[in-house]
Amino acid sequence: MGLLGELGATLASFLRTLGSMAIFLGRLIAYTPAGLMRFRLVVHQVHNTGALSLVIIMLSGFFVGMVLALQGFDLLARFNSENVLGGATALALIKELGPVITALLFAGRAGTALASEIGLMKATDQLSAMEMMAVDPMRRVVLPRFLGGIIAMPLLVAVFTAIGIFGAWTIGVALMGVDPGVFWSQMQSLVSMDDVREGIFKSVVFGVTASLVAVYEGYTAWPTAEGVGRATTRTVVITAVAVLILDYMITAALL
Amino acid sequence: MSAQVSTALRDPDGGSGHTRADDPGDNLVEMRGVSFRRGEMMIFDGLDMNIRRGQVTAIMGPSGTGKTTLLRLLTGQLRPDAGTVRVGDYDVPTLGLNRLYDLRRQMGMLFQNGALLTDYNVFDNVAFPLREHTRLPERLIRHIVLTKLHAVGLRGAAWLYPAELSGGMNRRVALARAIVMDPDILIYDEPFVGLDPISMGVIVRLIRRLNDALGLTSIVVSHDIHELEVVADESFLLAEGRVVAHGPHRELMAQDSALVRQFMHGEADGPVPYHFPAPDYATDLLNTPGRR
Amino acid sequence: MQQTRTVELGTGLFVFLGLAALFFLTTQTTGSGMGRVETYSVTARFDNIGGLTGRAPVTMAGVTIGRVEKIALDPDRLDAVVTLKIDRRFDQIPEDSEASILTAGLLGGNYIGIGAGGSMDALRDGDEIYITQSALVLESLISRFLFSQSEDQSDEDND
Repeated sequence: MGLLGELGATLASFLRTLGSMAIFLGRLIAYTPAGLMRFRLVVHQVHNTGALSLVIIMLSGFFVGMVLALQGFDLLARFNSENVLGGATALALIKELGPVITALLFAGRAGTALASEIGLMKATDQLSAMEMMAVDPMRRVVLPRFLGGIIAMPLLVAVFTAIGIFGAWTIGVALMGVDPGVFWSQMQSLVSMDDVREGIFKSVVFGVTASLVAVYEGYTAWPTAEGVGRATTRTVVITAVAVLILDYMITAALL
Repeated sequence: MSAQVSTALRDPDGGSGHTRADDPGDNLVEMRGVSFRRGEMMIFDGLDMNIRRGQVTAIMGPSGTGKTTLLRLLTGQLRPDAGTVRVGDYDVPTLGLNRLYDLRRQMGMLFQNGALLTDYNVFDNVAFPLREHTRLPERLIRHIVLTKLHAVGLRGAAWLYPAELSGGMNRRVALARAIVMDPDILIYDEPFVGLDPISMGVIVRLIRRLNDALGLTSIVVSHDIHELEVVADESFLLAEGRVVAHGPHRELMAQDSALVRQFMHGEADGPVPYHFPAPDYATDLLNTPGRR
Repeated sequence: MQQTRTVELGTGLFVFLGLAALFFLTTQTTGSGMGRVETYSVTARFDNIGGLTGRAPVTMAGVTIGRVEKIALDPDRLDAVVTLKIDRRFDQIPEDSEASILTAGLLGGNYIGIGAGGSMDALRDGDEIYITQSALVLESLISRFLFSQSEDQSDEDND
């Protein structure tokens, strides 16, 4: 009975968070047209979430591409199919690893920064001060960060994937001696426009998810140092789980 | 529209608060029978309060009596469970977001720690309300901001960031920001906490001077009785969710009620008990340990 | 406003890189032309398509000339009808060509190979390829092999 009650309470709190996040998203969407009018604020946030994440995204993308090529080469060589290495790594990167790993890195780099920034502004009364100056913090602080994240994510995913393919090329062609022509032609015959579209779709969905979780957690954080810390942790955990679940659902729906 | 209301809120002959102090009909803020509970805790229970135009009014009380909550009720950040809150012509709890923002444009508030935006330097912090609410050219904004910063003595710090300022300077910048839109009401939330004596003196003088020079109505929430003695025209003492005493600050100091005496003279035990409510000491000690 | 300028520069660089990467992904990694280029459709019937899936390549002499668009079961004849989408550039395929389901590598996916026939008339949009060869299903191959083995032995130990 005690266990059951606890389970029920957990479920209820999960549903409540989900609901309040959905309402939060609805408010943000309602404000979006007005928010886009002040594009300078959004640009600033594209810089904060996107441009500042670029180095870690490129570095990770390159190494993921390389390890994928190493593992792929080892596996494919057993079936004498090294030639499809280019296509296999490109498909994996475009459809899965690009969007998913970028979203996870985004949560760790930009998401935590967003959540702690908003949380700290709340803890130090900056948001209340804005309210008192008749400035809506939802529109002035939260919305530009949310939109900036949504714009940045697909671009980050594209960079990650492209660099990853170069990483795979480095290993496959330069190191393992796969014929460069075969590497590219195999990739082009295997990857279709639909695959790229699937990757872009995922990156947009993950961008909305990761940005929403980050700004929501920051905005609803308990306004203390500990509360802000909890918010950043929750941002990473919730984003990671949500992205992986959504990834499965999108993949299953599109196949 | 907003300008119209603004004149309604403002003292007609601007800045002569003292002479009107004894006119009983001239209330800018009226709270009637205000009740507010947070969960199980009753914070206010039938609170009545009038704040007169053009004066510096102090709101005092032991910590935990909801002084900050009172300010939030006044500014519409919270809604009372019962009772009315009027500020000028505004019936605060019934206002929609747009009307509420109209009201807040005529209010300035100084938060405990200043609450400056950490991303912006001093100049941009003070310019923030102007840039959000007006389309003034940058030259005019510069002029206004430097004037206000000069008034608080920090024109030289315009290009520093909040993190580079002391606590007292932070609060003075926040004060400049609070008056940059020329409000009618200025609210101070614990303005003296954690300041050295010099900064404290500076803030005290600023509160008085701004109030008289700009024709404001000032509300100061604090429990620093001695500083309030200098600035406050009238004081309210809150305890147990109600106003237990009010009147000119000096008279309050002299008043003989036990609670007022305890607060004003800082006695540890009295009507406000030293102990948090708890079961009988002896029974509690004899009880078997474990969670209750 | 030095700070604003660096922000704008950084953001501009980031957006440029992102768009360049997106351009690279859409034009360089995908099969150039396919999907955008004009195509025509022909159908082919197979008794068994094995592991053939949608979007599998259609090749001729090893060159990809199209893709499998649709796979359906004919409810009357109970065989598979596969619709192939072939690039317009290859419009000289003899109408008596043969379509067979082949396997790429040992574990590779299935694809359709078209062997040229000898007719002077070319396949047109909506035509059907009549000569087809179904997928070689590994299990049936093995069972056929085992069956022939056991037939040899069945004289000695019956049952």
